[in-house]
Amino acid sequence: MRKFRKLLGSVYYYLFVALVVAFFGLPLLWLILAPFNSRSYLAVEIPANPTLDNFRAVFQNKFAMHALTQSNLILAVWTMFGITLISTLTAYALSRARIPGRNYMTYSLMLFSSVVTGTAAMVPVFLIISRMGLIDSYLGVILVIIGGNLPAAIFIMRDFVDGIPRSYEESAVVSGASPFQVFLDVALPLVRPGMMVIAVWAFVNAWGAFLIPFVLLRSPNKLPASTAIYSFYTEAGTPNIKLVSAYALLYTLPVVVFYLFINWKYGFRFFGGIKR
Amino acid sequence: MASIVLENLSKAFGKVVAVDQVNLTIQDGEFFALLGPSGCGKTTTLRMIAGLEIPTSGTIHIGDQDMTDRSPRERDVAMVFQDYALYPHMTILENIGYPLKVHGVNQAERKQRVTEVSNNLGIGYLLERRPGQISGGQQQRAAVARAVVHHAQVFLFDEPLSNLDAKLRFESRGFLKHLQKELKITTVYVTHDQAEAMALADRIAIIDHGKVAQVGSPQEVYLKPQTVFVASFLGNPPMNLLPCKFNLVKKQVQINGSQIDLTQVPQITGMKTMVSEGEDLILGIRPEHISLYAEETPQTFPAELYVTQPLGSEVLVTLQVAETPLSVRLFTDEPPELPKRVWLKPDPKRILLYRTDGMLVA
Repeated sequence: MRKFRKLLGSVYYYLFVALVVAFFGLPLLWLILAPFNSRSYLAVEIPANPTLDNFRAVFQNKFAMHALTQSNLILAVWTMFGITLISTLTAYALSRARIPGRNYMTYSLMLFSSVVTGTAAMVPVFLIISRMGLIDSYLGVILVIIGGNLPAAIFIMRDFVDGIPRSYEESAVVSGASPFQVFLDVALPLVRPGMMVIAVWAFVNAWGAFLIPFVLLRSPNKLPASTAIYSFYTEAGTPNIKLVSAYALLYTLPVVVFYLFINWKYGFRFFGGIKR
Repeated sequence: MASIVLENLSKAFGKVVAVDQVNLTIQDGEFFALLGPSGCGKTTTLRMIAGLEIPTSGTIHIGDQDMTDRSPRERDVAMVFQDYALYPHMTILENIGYPLKVHGVNQAERKQRVTEVSNNLGIGYLLERRPGQISGGQQQRAAVARAVVHHAQVFLFDEPLSNLDAKLRFESRGFLKHLQKELKITTVYVTHDQAEAMALADRIAIIDHGKVAQVGSPQEVYLKPQTVFVASFLGNPPMNLLPCKFNLVKKQVQINGSQIDLTQVPQITGMKTMVSEGEDLILGIRPEHISLYAEETPQTFPAELYVTQPLGSEVLVTLQVAETPLSVRLFTDEPPELPKRVWLKPDPKRILLYRTDGMLVA
């Protein structure tokens, strides 16, 4: 009886797991399969006659390809550098310097993060950027995305820096290193795994941003892929599923490749050197 | 090479006073231990010498220079941290060579000096590895090598052995002492382990709640603790402390209903009368300075047997005198058969008397 119940328990367990996997897995499976299908189909189906025609059609759409290779790259790369650099320096200061109220500062940052990029803030954000004369410029979009993501990035980064024992830096200080040497030789290599996490995360956020570039950019040749994808809709507003899925796959690939590259090159690992 | 002078050194963290008016003079070339329980301020004192903490008040002199407000770089000290703090992204070679690199030594000379030092410390074959790939004992030696490689005027050790197992700790103790005697560099060593301090140091300062309780050679602090705190901190097991009554006229102490005559003891008879007749005192006696008797003998007091622990070359007997626990160390490898009630005879020459406020009277 107990054995049977145990068996039943594991059956339910695997059933549940299978459901969860299907829920998240099926859309991904569709994303991989649909672009190679010769007929438009919203369900997951293994293509009967696999074809590359969809990609050929997408490559011919100069507007969409320009968005992917130019606008997206500019926005994502600059945002990534901005967020990673600023959040690292800020988090380092918040973690190491004895500033009164630095914990409150960190937590209130967390609150702000959901406000700045939120839909509700779009009007004031638009007005600010407009006054700055940065409407229809990459810089405006980059600044807003950086500002919106920084608080969360600082929060994550600070947690990471807090986890690194101070004695590494103190040891360098006692050895006679200048503050700049301590940062460059010791602190920076130690926080690098954290910076890589932030970089990937920031890149993904900027790469997928829709609302901010949509509101702040005007010229069609500056729009990123998230908005350019609408060029695969007919004038009546119905999407061409084959082309949308092919473009979506192209849109996803750089992020995956970037993640794999970072993971291979730097690895999210941490060598020991502190005896606990 | 330099002496270190701390004058009225204090450090407060908010309202908590970690170090309170510490005055210490550490001689050139001396191995000096700061000993105390955790949280007593010994590490804070060391960090102030290193320049990692800024004193609230007081001064620090290293050599003949006032270093109180100088940066760590200007102090020319080397420090070994409790967690070693070897940089995980550098090889052992780069780790040990880092102080040299910072001081602008060129790569060839750096490599030569690192190789020399690490060969001396027996870790020459590990130079290409990273800290995560070597054992705790090897990490400790690498940390010491990094401190030794650039000839600083002062060595600072912050509990460098506390992360090692018992056997390695014993080996490293000998290694550190030998190294220090060879290099003759002024060393300040922080530890909470009294055996470590006794074994290593030329002199020990026992710190209690941020204050220096006593400074002296290991023999001085062990045999003549100036306070009950020092007496109870040193020794394993520590000194026995028994409440007693003192008869000023007869020079006798009364313990557990028995009288012990101290007329033959010079430090008691020569005592300046700081105590009053019949005052309650605390009698201090080391476990190894008590003899056991099965029957009542002159100069003894009774005790109840609690437990005996054979430790190989010696036997540790724990007893109870009234409500106070007391230990006796017998230098025998045969655990004796003891009756439930035994009689204890303290060596009168070794008896110390403390006031109830903890200060030594004789």
